[in-house]
Amino acid sequence: MIEVVRSGPLATVQDLGRAGYAHLGVPHSGAADRPSLCLANRLVGNDEGAAGLELTFGGAALRFDAGAWIAVTGAPLPVRPGTMNAPFHVPAGTVVEFGAPSSGVRTYVAVRGGVEVEPVLGSRSTDVLSGLGPPPLSAGDRLGRGHATGPITVDVAPVPEPETEPVLRIAPGPRDDWFESLEPLTRAAYEVTAQSNRVGVRLEGPALTRRREGELPSEGMVTGSLQVPPNGLPIIFLADHPTTGGYPVAAVLAADDVPRAAQLRPGQRVRFRLTGP
Amino acid sequence: MKVLRAGDAALLVETETPHRLHAAVRALGRTEIVDVVPGAGTVLVTTAPGTDLGPLGALLGDLPLPETSTAGGEPLRVPVVYDGADLDEVAAITGLTRAQVVERHAAAEYVVAYLGFSPGFGYLTGLDERLHVPRRDSPRTAVPAGSVAIAGPYGAIYPSSSPGGWRLLGRTTLRLWDPDREPPSLLQPGTRVRFEARA
Repeated sequence: MIEVVRSGPLATVQDLGRAGYAHLGVPHSGAADRPSLCLANRLVGNDEGAAGLELTFGGAALRFDAGAWIAVTGAPLPVRPGTMNAPFHVPAGTVVEFGAPSSGVRTYVAVRGGVEVEPVLGSRSTDVLSGLGPPPLSAGDRLGRGHATGPITVDVAPVPEPETEPVLRIAPGPRDDWFESLEPLTRAAYEVTAQSNRVGVRLEGPALTRRREGELPSEGMVTGSLQVPPNGLPIIFLADHPTTGGYPVAAVLAADDVPRAAQLRPGQRVRFRLTGP
Repeated sequence: MKVLRAGDAALLVETETPHRLHAAVRALGRTEIVDVVPGAGTVLVTTAPGTDLGPLGALLGDLPLPETSTAGGEPLRVPVVYDGADLDEVAAITGLTRAQVVERHAAAEYVVAYLGFSPGFGYLTGLDERLHVPRRDSPRTAVPAGSVAIAGPYGAIYPSSSPGGWRLLGRTTLRLWDPDREPPSLLQPGTRVRFEARA
């Protein structure tokens, strides 16, 4: 078993989420930075879709009743004992302490065999919007472990350097015609606000101007959408975004840039670059 | 039908009958399609990474729609105790009596146009035009599961307890949403619904 000694600001169980239920109003959910969870799983010989832990701003401590292989990826932070982006073995009784990340927001912990909690609609992910899946972790929680399927073959994984002011690629639409122009999006940097969470990244910066009045009839929205409420400031939808929304989406992030958006921290600056439609 | 891009892995198709297009897209059975999400006037189709959206968009734009998206048979019957907190307000707004509000609400046959807001929350079309009332100015912080409500052109049944600004007409004991059941939602896009007044 793994005992949560401390959860830090927010720690949740995440896998690759609940695809296939969006028509019932079920958010996709899953790891906000999917490639980081997948990497952590590969490092310990798990299927990429095994459940791991998503730590928000680190700060957690985990006690391992039995010896375990674990890997830590995503937002870089001090791990004692251990190291980032490489599998390591923790002996029985060890308490692994996670510090605060020096950049980024979300750190992933994979345990060889995967974290075993009861799946809901095929996923073990905590969805902070709908409440599906296990509640966020708190001190005293005990988590089971499953059985590993593959061997451990990688010593250390190369990862990209943290970005101070990322430039995220966006494609216009589907509702760019609701705005005078998308030019404000690329005019200057936006600043990430403290209201950001797994549902979305909220931004301060140049506001978009509506070209038309009225309300958009609710429609389906994808992860990475830049939804623009009446104040004109875009919200980047992350894993727990609602399946449908009533504000127009001016542009959508390139799918590969969604995990980078999921590592944006409050106060950090971010820019957008328009690519072809 | 107009087909719009929603990023590099999804298409948004505009249609007047979203639940029928939803059924037609599902019937294609294409493995690269991940989610098919009807909205009020659109269907969003999300795909696996690397899917070529050009040919898929051409296919979706010309897709023939079925006459109906429901498999036929009986509509879902929802027993309702009409004792909602907003019955008097709705009567006042519409100029009807409480009894007339209930009568009109229970007389219509509804179709689930789409789901959203929360898991299992269906937007029911078919509401009597006299009952089209705006949402409450100030939403309630908690509306109990099973609340039968109306807002704008739609009816709904709250599948779980949540904040909400719709006008409450009554309540049902029918369990609309249960993640341990397959399917978890009694309402699907295209499901027909009738309400039956109970004492």
